[in-house]
Amino acid sequence: MSTALQFDPIRLPPHCVELRKEVRAFLRQEIAAGTFDPHGNESGDMFNRAFSKKVGAKGWIGITWPKKYGGQERSFLERYVITEEFSAHNAPAKLHFTADRQSGPVLIKYASEAIKADILPRITRGECCFGIGMSEPNSGSDLFAASTKATKTDGGYLINGTKVWTSNAHQADYMIALFRTSPATKENRRHGLTSFLVDMKSKGLTINPIYNLTGLHDFNEVVLENMFVSDGNVLGEIDGAWKQATSELAYERSGPERFLETFAVMIELVRVLGDKPDMRAAEALGRLVAQLHTMRRMSVSVNGMLQAGKDPTVEAAVVKDLGTVWEQKLPHRARDIAAFVENDDLRNRAAFEEQLAFATMIAPKLTLQGGTTEVLRGIIARGLGLR
Amino acid sequence: MGGRHLKDSIVTETATRIFTDLADPQTINRAKDATWKTELWSKLSDAGLPLAWVSEHLGGAGAEASDGFELARIAGQFASPIPLSETLLAGWLLAQADLNCPSGRMSVAPCRPADHVGLSANGKLVGRARRVPFARDSAHLAVLIESAGGLRVALVKTSDCVLSDGRSLAGDAVNDVTFDNVAPVAIKSASAALDRSKLMMMGAVVRAVETAAALQVILQLSTQYAQERVAFGKPIGKFQAVQHNLAKLAGEASAALTASGSAAEAMAGIGADPARFDEGIYLEAASARIRCAEAATEGAAIAHQVFGAIGFTKEHILHRYTMRLLSWRDDFGNESQWALELGTRIAARGADELWPFMASR
Repeated sequence: MSTALQFDPIRLPPHCVELRKEVRAFLRQEIAAGTFDPHGNESGDMFNRAFSKKVGAKGWIGITWPKKYGGQERSFLERYVITEEFSAHNAPAKLHFTADRQSGPVLIKYASEAIKADILPRITRGECCFGIGMSEPNSGSDLFAASTKATKTDGGYLINGTKVWTSNAHQADYMIALFRTSPATKENRRHGLTSFLVDMKSKGLTINPIYNLTGLHDFNEVVLENMFVSDGNVLGEIDGAWKQATSELAYERSGPERFLETFAVMIELVRVLGDKPDMRAAEALGRLVAQLHTMRRMSVSVNGMLQAGKDPTVEAAVVKDLGTVWEQKLPHRARDIAAFVENDDLRNRAAFEEQLAFATMIAPKLTLQGGTTEVLRGIIARGLGLR
Repeated sequence: MGGRHLKDSIVTETATRIFTDLADPQTINRAKDATWKTELWSKLSDAGLPLAWVSEHLGGAGAEASDGFELARIAGQFASPIPLSETLLAGWLLAQADLNCPSGRMSVAPCRPADHVGLSANGKLVGRARRVPFARDSAHLAVLIESAGGLRVALVKTSDCVLSDGRSLAGDAVNDVTFDNVAPVAIKSASAALDRSKLMMMGAVVRAVETAAALQVILQLSTQYAQERVAFGKPIGKFQAVQHNLAKLAGEASAALTASGSAAEAMAGIGADPARFDEGIYLEAASARIRCAEAATEGAAIAHQVFGAIGFTKEHILHRYTMRLLSWRDDFGNESQWALELGTRIAARGADELWPFMASR
């Protein structure tokens, strides 16, 4: 591969601008109705069944998918606008977001017609939550070390092992998980893993909560003991999941959620600085704005290239690397910028402090989830031809 | 602007061919004198390229606005010490006042946001413009004049001005220009839409485009070197620490490419017409300047780290790129000045306008 990275200057077309207005009006209405607090933290209400159903009714989940599965056959740029507005407004999209972003597209590509006809429309209606069963106690970034075993039996497989750090597992209806169907080979250590669709209500599946350092329950341990999964739930090639896993990553890695998770801090920073900040604060704020603008333009570009049928895998890794490092530093920089600010409005100060505390606590996970910084830089290096 | 459309591909092909033939970085780095510059300039000039932003009735090529930015990109790609981008900008400035363009090398003033040139009662230029790139090498300067009578643009002979001696980090001429009652060759009122800030926007985006192109080159050079240079028994590019540094360089180059490409596309889309430089264009230009300058700082350091001692020699071409990357940060407002202005504007808009404004681009 050459070192030529491509970031076409893609603009959101006029229909996206219209859609943005519609999405923003909807979110403002929901905020006014008290459905969620855009300045609130992820205090558990990021999972909201009623809200996800309303979003589904708008046609905004699975918007790029085929109409016969409940989708709208609209573009990735439209999906971009929806994701971006939801992220920037802190909307409680947890129930449907994983399915919308990655599980649905995997099913479209690899699941049987029966599964697609059953599950995809439920996702688009905002009624179906997905988890991702990748990590294990001895397999994190080293995905291909997964050892949870799938043993062939009549009509399917018996699964034994443990998945861990499984977000949403306690709320999910399904998860897409990697299990070992064969040992790795000497020639290919990535060989032997197969992707399965798992019903979270299956017998032999136990979910144990793991509280993260903020005190929230998002992570879980999922223990699988002689859990049966039918042949029909195999997604793609047996032993060949490694071929599938990497091709989907551009979708997962390039979205605006990869730099907006701590954005609420920036809004409250501007509020606490007031309309005439001193030179030090104004200059630092200007840099943050320039950096965020650039991230947005990069993310739009990757989504536009996806829409055009290109394969911006390396560019997507670049977006996630820069984006997550940026959103991770943001609370610390906001703290520096506001260090000398005397704001008489105590409510503004309190709102800022609250966002800052939460963002500072969640910051460590931002460069871990969905591929660590180290893994991403390895992918970029491979794209450059270095490995 | 508008008129005859020099197809992107023709501009790209022509300029790339001329630079490849006459200004290959390796070759000019070894050149004993600067005679190659004369031929390079005359070839570019014969092709009408330096006056891409000037319409035909004013003596230019009347190309599309995007062609000018494309030329700036190629200038950056070759890190060539001739005032191609400066002449493009000078032509653009003269065209804003409908002034005829001379042929030959030009530069533009002022190039610092705090500098200003005025007009004396008897119509002579007075004032000082600091750090004007390639002033010494240029026959003419296009000057934006702010005086009680409004904004004007003047064409002056460089030989009529007092120039300081000065060199950029890359050894290119950079001169403080003193206008001590200089009689202009030509002078006209500028369109009401023009002001110093818009000249800075145009200059800053041109520099951003050059920066992104040079970063792409040093990424390529560094990556290639890391695959060839063997240490501890293997190519240094096999070491994870080096790989991660190069991945970071790729990130900085990508950010610069995106920010500058976005701003150039936005400006080209409105024909680089200052009457249409609105707040959205300001965000694009400021972001491009700030982010590209940050990328230059970060990127040049990484490239030097990868190359080790050989990259710190005169003999190696790396400095042709890195020293210009670092030097360009100071032209048309440095990134700190732009960030201060951008941050001030954002704060004045208020917290609730932050997201809608960002999402408008």
